Amino acid sequence: MTTVRNFVRSNVRNPNAVAYFLMAVSALFFPAVVQFATGGSGDYLVGLAADGGIYMLMAIGLNVVVGFAGLLDLGYAAFFAIGSYTYALVASNHLGVTPIGHSLHVPFWIALFIGMFVAATAGALLGAPTLRLRGDYLAIVTLGFGEIVPRVFRNAGIWTGGVPGISALDVPTLPGWVQGPWVGQDFGWVPDFRFTSANLTAYYMLMIILIAFVVILVHNLYNSRLGRAWMAVREDETAAAASGVNTVSVKLLAFSIGAATSGFAGAFYGAKLSYVSSENFGFIVSVTVLAMVVLGGMGNIPGAMLGAIVLYFILFWLLPNAPGQMQGLASSLGLDWLNQSNPNGWPGIGEVVSRSKYVIFGLILVGIMLLRPQGLLPSQIRKQELTHEEPEALAAPRQLQA
Amino acid sequence: MALLEVSGIDVFYGRVQAVRGATLSVDKGEVVALIGSNGAGKTTTLRTISGLIHPQRGTIIFNGSDITRTEPQKIVNLGICQSPEGRRLFTRMSVHDNLRMGAYTRRNGSEIKADMDRVFELFPRLKERLHQIAGTLSGGEQQMVAMGRALMAKPKVLMLDEPSLGLSPILVETIFSIVREINAQGTPVLLVEQNAHKALEVAHRGYVLETGSIVKTGTGKELLASEDVQKAYLGM
Repeated sequence: MTTVRNFVRSNVRNPNAVAYFLMAVSALFFPAVVQFATGGSGDYLVGLAADGGIYMLMAIGLNVVVGFAGLLDLGYAAFFAIGSYTYALVASNHLGVTPIGHSLHVPFWIALFIGMFVAATAGALLGAPTLRLRGDYLAIVTLGFGEIVPRVFRNAGIWTGGVPGISALDVPTLPGWVQGPWVGQDFGWVPDFRFTSANLTAYYMLMIILIAFVVILVHNLYNSRLGRAWMAVREDETAAAASGVNTVSVKLLAFSIGAATSGFAGAFYGAKLSYVSSENFGFIVSVTVLAMVVLGGMGNIPGAMLGAIVLYFILFWLLPNAPGQMQGLASSLGLDWLNQSNPNGWPGIGEVVSRSKYVIFGLILVGIMLLRPQGLLPSQIRKQELTHEEPEALAAPRQLQA
Repeated sequence: MALLEVSGIDVFYGRVQAVRGATLSVDKGEVVALIGSNGAGKTTTLRTISGLIHPQRGTIIFNGSDITRTEPQKIVNLGICQSPEGRRLFTRMSVHDNLRMGAYTRRNGSEIKADMDRVFELFPRLKERLHQIAGTLSGGEQQMVAMGRALMAKPKVLMLDEPSLGLSPILVETIFSIVREINAQGTPVLLVEQNAHKALEVAHRGYVLETGSIVKTGTGKELLASEDVQKAYLGM
């Protein structure tokens, strides 16, 4: 008992520990709460949350690249695309219609790691020649890479299905699954379970497990010798080299590990949607993930996760629902005329809000960064840096004698 | 043959020659001072020994093997470690992590621990500041972290670039007495300084660098007494 109490006491003031705990608890209870609150029709919301998990995985991975190693990667979605397309090729009938003529149906659990591995390799291949560049130059190269990859997939003809992409991908299967009241059914054992769009809770739980797996991995890396080397390279590359760090290989590892996480998320995305198309991997995805990392707190894993939750919620729930909410608000205030379009050019409040979606989004981003420049949940370092008072230089000799 | 032998190196930045045929050596147990005015090529010489730049001509022999074109991280492994000019701490990492970065190439945990304790004996101040972010320390404390970090590599030769730069007179005294202490514990030191007087007092031998060439050499005392050196660097 005392060990438990000590554990709680030593962590209750640590914002990261509290954030992990709260996120874990709310992640586990989310499906049940949603089903209860919506009277059993919350499957859509659970599925939306599973898609949010994809962004969260990417944010955790990009945080390794940008937050830990300080490499600005503006083409992160490219690795996401590579993971998705790899999954599509090894787990569908598509290879059968290519000149290869034999389709592959690798089980999801293996294909997930193939997607991850291929993305990591792509990361290493891109990184090897470019990681000698610093700062802005690297950002431009990755930006270009992020533009090139979806275009290649779009124009690779029969190999990638061109503009329509590849559809009818295999879904994950398990020998069995437990069902229960959380999906609105009685307790029971489902043999030969297939993940389908009718059971989004299964995808959701799978996503939670993947995220937990990646968080544990990245957290251990952060506290390792490699983690220190990443930070040293970020702080001062020359001094890191002078300390004996092989800066190129350390940066390459950060890049590959980030890419691997994105590929992992990509394979899951392909499986859940059962469809991939080059339209889904544009620059906007890279920028959104980067915004999640910066807004959440660069260099801090739970910070990046929280940033992902907040931005995903704003982008995929708050903004799409805002027009309807505004209409409801207007009519409940007795201002129904606001909802009517009129010939003077007023299109109705719902339409106005809908059109200014991205203005609102931008204002929210600016607002958060003004209020919390260090991010929602900053790393301890940034916090100390922004709040610590410089000791007086003159006081130093006196302190030394003391 | 001395522990570290630099012979006739020419170093260029692009087309500008910064070092012209410099030759110097550091032997076991010595403190060697390299003095000279701004732009004489002192820092360039140290950077060349560290492998951060490579000379166009000349050789650098350490412990009997040629390290003229060896990569910096391998040179650290061999046992040459530098506390660079302007300290170059990892400013957003804690004092502890900075010291651990010094021992980056070493794997033996208990030896690292013992060396960290040794650093705390030299700089008791650092133990109090262990979990503070290095960038928030005072200038003198930052210099201590830089020297401590270099010592954590367990160097066979320690190179210090301007350790007294920007410090108050009392702290300068402290830093130089620590240099003596480090040397007394058995580590040879190659010291680059603009504060020629202090450096020559501590050093067994010294070299005077002028526009990239070594113009004078001798024991610390000889150089301190030399009229040229007094005029040019000691302001007498």
